[in-house]
Amino acid sequence: MTALWGAMNTRARILLGVLVVMLLAAPLALDRYFLSVLTLILYFVYVGQAWNLMMGYAGQLSLGHALYVGVGGYVAAALWVHYGIGPWLGVVPAIAIAAAFGAAIGWLGFRFGIEGVYFALLTIAFAEFTRIGFDHIPFVGGAGGLFIPYEQDRIGEWWNLRGGQHLFYYLAFLLAAVGVLITALLSRARLGFQWLAIREDETAARALGIDVFRAKMKAVLISSGMTAVGGVFYAFYNNSLFPTQIFNISRSIELILAPIVGGIGTVFGPVVGAFVLTPLGEVLIALTEWLGIDLPGVKAVFYGLTLMIIITLVPTGVWPWIARRLDLVKNEP
Amino acid sequence: MTEFLSVNGVSRRFRGLVAVDKVSFSVNQGEIFAVIGPNGAGKTTLFNMIAGVAPPDEGTISFRGARTDGMSADAVCRLGIGRTFQIVRPFPTLSVEDNVLVGALLHRTDMSAARRHARDVLAKLDLFDKRTVAAAALTLPDRKRLEVARALATDPKLLLLDEVMAGLVPTEIDRMVEILRSINREMSVTILLIEHVMRAVMALAGRVLVLHHGTKIAQGTPEEVVRDPTVIKSYLGAEVAF
Ligand SMILES: Nc1ncnc2c1ncn2[C@@H]1O[C@H](COP(=O)(O)OP(=O)(O)OP(=O)(O)O)[C@@H](O)[C@H]1O
Ligand SMILES: [Mg+2]
Repeated sequence: MTALWGAMNTRARILLGVLVVMLLAAPLALDRYFLSVLTLILYFVYVGQAWNLMMGYAGQLSLGHALYVGVGGYVAAALWVHYGIGPWLGVVPAIAIAAAFGAAIGWLGFRFGIEGVYFALLTIAFAEFTRIGFDHIPFVGGAGGLFIPYEQDRIGEWWNLRGGQHLFYYLAFLLAAVGVLITALLSRARLGFQWLAIREDETAARALGIDVFRAKMKAVLISSGMTAVGGVFYAFYNNSLFPTQIFNISRSIELILAPIVGGIGTVFGPVVGAFVLTPLGEVLIALTEWLGIDLPGVKAVFYGLTLMIIITLVPTGVWPWIARRLDLVKNEP
Repeated sequence: MTEFLSVNGVSRRFRGLVAVDKVSFSVNQGEIFAVIGPNGAGKTTLFNMIAGVAPPDEGTISFRGARTDGMSADAVCRLGIGRTFQIVRPFPTLSVEDNVLVGALLHRTDMSAARRHARDVLAKLDLFDKRTVAAAALTLPDRKRLEVARALATDPKLLLLDEVMAGLVPTEIDRMVEILRSINREMSVTILLIEHVMRAVMALAGRVLVLHHGTKIAQGTPEEVVRDPTVIKSYLGAEVAF
């Protein structure tokens, strides 16, 4: 931890400190709507960070991370709805089962040398199969969805995630902070360097004694387990889960945009990306409503164009560009 | 006493082509052993079999008493055999120091100890001043040095060097000879090297094996080998300068 702090220069420390204080104090200044946007941003920071570990560091492209969000959410929600087991406990099996899905995908892909685009296709296939599967599980409501009931007498049971916007805001903040911390620590650890080596050149990594299969399996296990926690949050925040929505490929894409725009393989890329993209999406919704443009897909087109512009201007991500501009990186490691 | 490295009758075929044909030799602990031969003789293929990149089609390899043929490349490295690639394979976006750090972390869990070791190795290979540069920005001679540094950082007992002198100018070759000699003597690392630069082979190697069309055609001290009529005829020719 001290090593992390030591790796930042004074300017970076001050900026990070100000950001943390502002986020902690945000509920004092913001209304419900803005707080919900900020909650969403922090949620995307967290899941983006989970995906970033796998793609940005270990170099394994997953386009099916919605799978882990969905599985995590469904497991915790079902345990609560059917057995009254609270999310603080339910998160454990949620992580375990999502990680088991991750392990299955990783084992298939890494054992049989399914790489790059083909690996990405495998992750999509798993998410799609699971979506179809959940449509037919009556226990979790099938295609009709699973609902966490709104019970008046439970409001205020924060330990069961039954609370208002403030509770979920601070929870999202905690998730984001932990996500950033995990990334920062792993990226400076032995495992992080093994991942980087694999990302850069698998053959060379192997020649340096790295068990590539093991290191990749660790990446997919950590990433899927972390993402499942995001799913638990999502389930209790929204109180409803539908297979067609939660496992949708568009959800997988949505989840990877923040790290891509912010800069993959960096600790703060997913943070910056989420702070740029989520408000942008909100502004676009507001703008299209204001202009009275009611065509389907108009938001997606705007969104896509903006993304193209950002990625063209700063291909390695917004964060590395900002860090250079503001002189936030120490040259001496 | 068990032999340090022993290669017994190994062969490797690529479809019809026999790239390495029943080659046997052994390397003693502490020596510098060279493998020479014309382009396409099978030198790199032989190396890859020792390093666990591909198993031999026949024959056995053992290192300090343990059979290593059929082992994976990473397992072979963990046993204490480091290797460089003839066509260099740096981790391009990582800094020079981080490239070497990956090697240093093989037998070290403490990050600062690994960094210290990586810097020592960089200093040894004259790369210390370039440690913050991205590996992709290095010149070819520096990349060759980085290959050696990275492999050396894994604390190998045996170092396999595949043409690390190629592309170096004579003064750089002399410097590399000096470095390799010190790695061999001071760090007591046994070296098995493939080399075209005869000047370096003559200066470094205690023994030399000559490979031609996948078969071993001679073995001996450098002086013996360069006087061998079959070697002169098939490889060295008349134009090789020493
Ligand atoms: N993966 C491969 N598939 C097919 N043929 C190969 C393969 N690798 C090597 N060969 C062939 O095997 C023979 C030996 O190649 P090798 O690379 O071992 O030679 P070398 O002695 O290292 O040559 P050089 O001095 O050019 O590096 C060559 O004819 C080469 O074309
Ligand atoms: Mg070769």
